[in-house]
Amino acid sequence: MNREILIAVNHLVRYYGEYCAVNDVSFTINRGEVLGFLGPNGAGKSTTMKIISGVLPPHAGSVAIAGIDMLAQPRAAKQHIGFLPEQPPLYGDLTVDEYLRYAARLRGISKAGLPSALESSKKRCGLEDTGHRLIRNLSKGYQQRVGIAQAIIHSPQVVILDEPTIGLDPIQIREIRDLIKELGEDHSVILSTHILPEVQTVCNRVLIINEGKLVMDRQLDSLGTEKQAGSLCVTFKNPPSVETLQGISGVSQVEAMADNRFRLQFQDADKVIDTLLQRALSSCWGLQELTPQADSLEEIFMQLTSGSLSDPASHDAEISA
Amino acid sequence: MNSIITVAAHECRLLFKSPLAWITLAVVEFLLAVLFLILLNQFLNPSPWLAGHGVTEVVIAGLLQVAGIILLLVTPFITMRIFSEERRTGTINLLYSSPVSLTQLVLGKYLGVMIFMLLMLLLIALMPLSLMMGTDIDLLQFSAGLLGLLLLMGGFAAIGLFVSTLTSQPSVAAIITFGILFMLWIINLASGTGSDWFREVFTYISLLNHYNNLINGLFNTVDVIYYLIIITGFVALSIWRLDSERFFQ
Repeated sequence: MNREILIAVNHLVRYYGEYCAVNDVSFTINRGEVLGFLGPNGAGKSTTMKIISGVLPPHAGSVAIAGIDMLAQPRAAKQHIGFLPEQPPLYGDLTVDEYLRYAARLRGISKAGLPSALESSKKRCGLEDTGHRLIRNLSKGYQQRVGIAQAIIHSPQVVILDEPTIGLDPIQIREIRDLIKELGEDHSVILSTHILPEVQTVCNRVLIINEGKLVMDRQLDSLGTEKQAGSLCVTFKNPPSVETLQGISGVSQVEAMADNRFRLQFQDADKVIDTLLQRALSSCWGLQELTPQADSLEEIFMQLTSGSLSDPASHDAEISA
Repeated sequence: MNSIITVAAHECRLLFKSPLAWITLAVVEFLLAVLFLILLNQFLNPSPWLAGHGVTEVVIAGLLQVAGIILLLVTPFITMRIFSEERRTGTINLLYSSPVSLTQLVLGKYLGVMIFMLLMLLLIALMPLSLMMGTDIDLLQFSAGLLGLLLLMGGFAAIGLFVSTLTSQPSVAAIITFGILFMLWIINLASGTGSDWFREVFTYISLLNHYNNLINGLFNTVDVIYYLIIITGFVALSIWRLDSERFFQ
């Protein structure tokens, strides 16, 4: 794979008045990477994406797109960007074709190249039959597709999509995910979303941002191995000793909690659950609860953004305090 | 230059996609047609104080005079959504993330609105031109008047453009634009009070005085420059305003 750096973000800072929305965020993205951008509401995701796409200037730091500095040469840098903001930038009074033609002309596509660019981006977004319809009359899902079509019409090196699958039906979501994967093959894609499984199916790298700071930057394959492993919460009426549970093959760690509950961590889910159930029956432990724990990305996300998920008690205490 | 034309064509298209532009043209044309008839009637049956004045002076100058006032009322509705609507619907993000500079953007939008204004000017000019079928008109005075109307439109549109960069509510932009235009129109009334110096300044600022000179056939470079300063001034202010807004938002 080509490891050319397409986006270099250096120590970005952005304030809204006194409020610091983005605080010293740095990362780089290579060609062929699909980056998932996660964070709770108000964490600074949209602001960071706006800065990278040149909509907002940063108050400190720099952005370079395909090696071109955004602040020094904004027009050259923006040539390589396709941006879909949270609210698709659509003109309701125009037809899809008129709108896409305008977007293409704005991005500097020549008159000659216009028809083919229009055709291919419409085809990629499944808009072949809607060219003559007014954007205002389209459903939310189709409007979202038009938004994506405008972002890719000039085949930019970098595609930035702020919550692209919002408001789509499950079939459309799958199509858009396939489209993003396809784009990721020869472009860089930044994608923000609230849907964690989406990140796992589409992205090969994930960034988590919280309160304006980058709190995690990891390749998803390394998360993937953790995902194979997992953890369980079990409750027994007649609990065995921790050592007994530890003795079950495959269990890597046992943590005893209050009310006869245990948290088991293991490597191979199927084997452990079978063995555990057999032992529980044969030894009359009185199994009362068996809950698979949330998958690891969600857990990591919650830990990093709320600080204390694994211990709900302290979380409650924080709230009441 | 290409980007400016793209933005201008888009702006113009958006105007004509909404009924607003068509209705504005129709209403302006209707009101002026009624006025044209009244003025023509007055000219054909002159009252004593109109006797001895030519058709260009009575009908055409009178028509252009009122056209200026109607434009004062109408331009705010045409310019109100230029930037405020883009901001309200979020389409401004498309422009900001495209390889188009703020200067190109503002000039393009201004040009787009001016194309619409030119069309209106053409429609207004057709009525006086129809007089040529029956009589001779003073074409030089008429052209000076049209130039005056064009410059007036340019000034109004530039002020409206600037105001629309200030807010994301089109109606707010319209009312502020109207306030400013009306103020600049009547400001010479304030010159009735105060010192000579005071009077001169206020008469000079007034949009009305410079326009009256031109429609009465008095072509004075100062009047033309006055409008050009207003136009470039407010277009430049719009660019600055958008630039600083992005930074301090």
